Amino acid sequence: MSVDRETVRKVARLARLAVPEERLEPLTAELNGILKWIEQLNEVDVTGVDPMTSTVDMKLPMREDVLQSGPTGGGQPDNVVKNAPKTEDHFFVVPKVVE
Amino acid sequence: MMTDITDLTLADLRDALKAKNVSSLEATDAYLDNIDTAKDLNAFVTVTADKARAMAKASDAKLARNEGGPIEGVPLGVKDLFCTEGVQTTAGSRMLEGFVPPYESSVTANLWRDGAVMLGKLNMDEFAMGSSNETSYFGPVINPWRAKGGNAKLTPGGSSGGSSASVAAHLCAAATATDTGGSIRQPASLTATVGVKPTYGRCSRWGIVAFASSLDQAGPIARDARDAAIMLRSMAGHDPKDSTSVNRPVPDYEKAIGASVKGLKIGVPKEYRLDGMPAEIEKLWAQGIAWMREAGCEIVDISLPLTKYALPVYYIVAPAEASSNLARYDGVRYGHRAREFPDIHSMYANSRAEGFGKEVQRRIMIGTYVLSAGYYDAYYLRAQKVRKRIFDEFNNAFKKVDLILTPSSPSAAFALGEKSADPVQMYLNDVFTVTANLAGLPGASVPAGLDAKGLPLGLQLIARPFDEETMFKGMFALEQAANFKARPERWWG
Repeated sequence: MSVDRETVRKVARLARLAVPEERLEPLTAELNGILKWIEQLNEVDVTGVDPMTSTVDMKLPMREDVLQSGPTGGGQPDNVVKNAPKTEDHFFVVPKVVE
Repeated sequence: MMTDITDLTLADLRDALKAKNVSSLEATDAYLDNIDTAKDLNAFVTVTADKARAMAKASDAKLARNEGGPIEGVPLGVKDLFCTEGVQTTAGSRMLEGFVPPYESSVTANLWRDGAVMLGKLNMDEFAMGSSNETSYFGPVINPWRAKGGNAKLTPGGSSGGSSASVAAHLCAAATATDTGGSIRQPASLTATVGVKPTYGRCSRWGIVAFASSLDQAGPIARDARDAAIMLRSMAGHDPKDSTSVNRPVPDYEKAIGASVKGLKIGVPKEYRLDGMPAEIEKLWAQGIAWMREAGCEIVDISLPLTKYALPVYYIVAPAEASSNLARYDGVRYGHRAREFPDIHSMYANSRAEGFGKEVQRRIMIGTYVLSAGYYDAYYLRAQKVRKRIFDEFNNAFKKVDLILTPSSPSAAFALGEKSADPVQMYLNDVFTVTANLAGLPGASVPAGLDAKGLPLGLQLIARPFDEETMFKGMFALEQAANFKARPERWWG
């Protein structure tokens, strides 16, 4: 399988990456180079093999469904918005989404 | 009493501090001086001199009372992928330039709990994606090692190139690093340092900027096996904030240093003999096998036929996970936001296009494609099935052997720019290391010799899950046999 220019444009949109027109052609070639190399995997027999989900044999631990203390806990709105590019009164500010 | 504090190993410095032969402030100042005169190496993104001195003074107060943790007062470097409270954490990316985490990663918190001092944050490939440090937004780190008679700038490896270069140049006693496909072991191999990637789940991933969550593991880069053992003991441990962190006791890995390797079975996988591999690497591998045999180990030929498929699996699984993990960088909550955008969609797309470098964008594109409707089964699901078969192959091998011995990397340090034109050529750097990530196994690189150009080469040991102790035994045996003493000749500063 190889990708064409239009597929690359579509994938870039899905990935929310602005790709300038003149980069589409070289990017298509780069991605096809990588995809062609990856396709060796078709040589491997995987019939009856379960896909890998985890390398460690353990159950996902459960915890009490309560507010945590410390850095993952609540009550720290200043910290939550501290690194945001634009905020107002502990809200993240973005361009208008709904007209 | 001594000529240069920074030439002490971490273990010797720890002992000198405890004996009060040297103060943490003296050691910290000596390292800060080294950092100051090594700007040519570009190993640090941020130097935290004031913080380091304050931490050192606090350590000295504890040491004066005969208190303090196992590595009290020891100055360390931290890869800029670990979030550090109040200190900029960039992941080597424009996207996170100026990002100051309000929290501390669990691994670094463990190190400070045990008394370590932070010198600063180490340069790296952007979001840990790269094998040469050339993808860093802050420019590549330069290897302190140069070819004999040459002055070309060489790569310190990647992605933990700031960690490997600063340990090799004695800019810190040891450093934290992370390894998703070889990012600890390949740079260690290229700089004559010791790099340890522990079992997946041994170190908490909480607070480490995520790349590929099923593969990422933190570990140390240090000067020798003992120093790496001391570092790992402090870094490792269960953390409820990382659901994949494993709840089992952390052994005192240093106790394994010097323990006998007699009777250990060492597997040698014939598939790691690559076409076109430099003869010197093959020779060094044979030498390593002979060293282990002389130390009383039994050498067992093994076969891992799926080895050649490990990198293609990695370049589906890792970009897929990266494309999901990096979706968080939307220019809203943190990270770079573009100045110009007509609407919210363009705000996302422009911010991400400006904030991410070329290689990161390439991997996000691959990941998004292999996860997209219609291609998921052909690429992602198939890759996860091949990954399972590679995992099974290692499990079977470890029924017959205790450790696996291979070269660490397919070449010595190469020149900046030499491999950056072709992504696949660059990816091949991880051909010997990536299998351990896919199978979740611990792996380590130990310096073993120099090539004809005078550049270091490493050997890798891979162990059973959570059997880092046997790995450290083997590492020390290799180290003793190799008796590697060479240091890079100082050209910087």
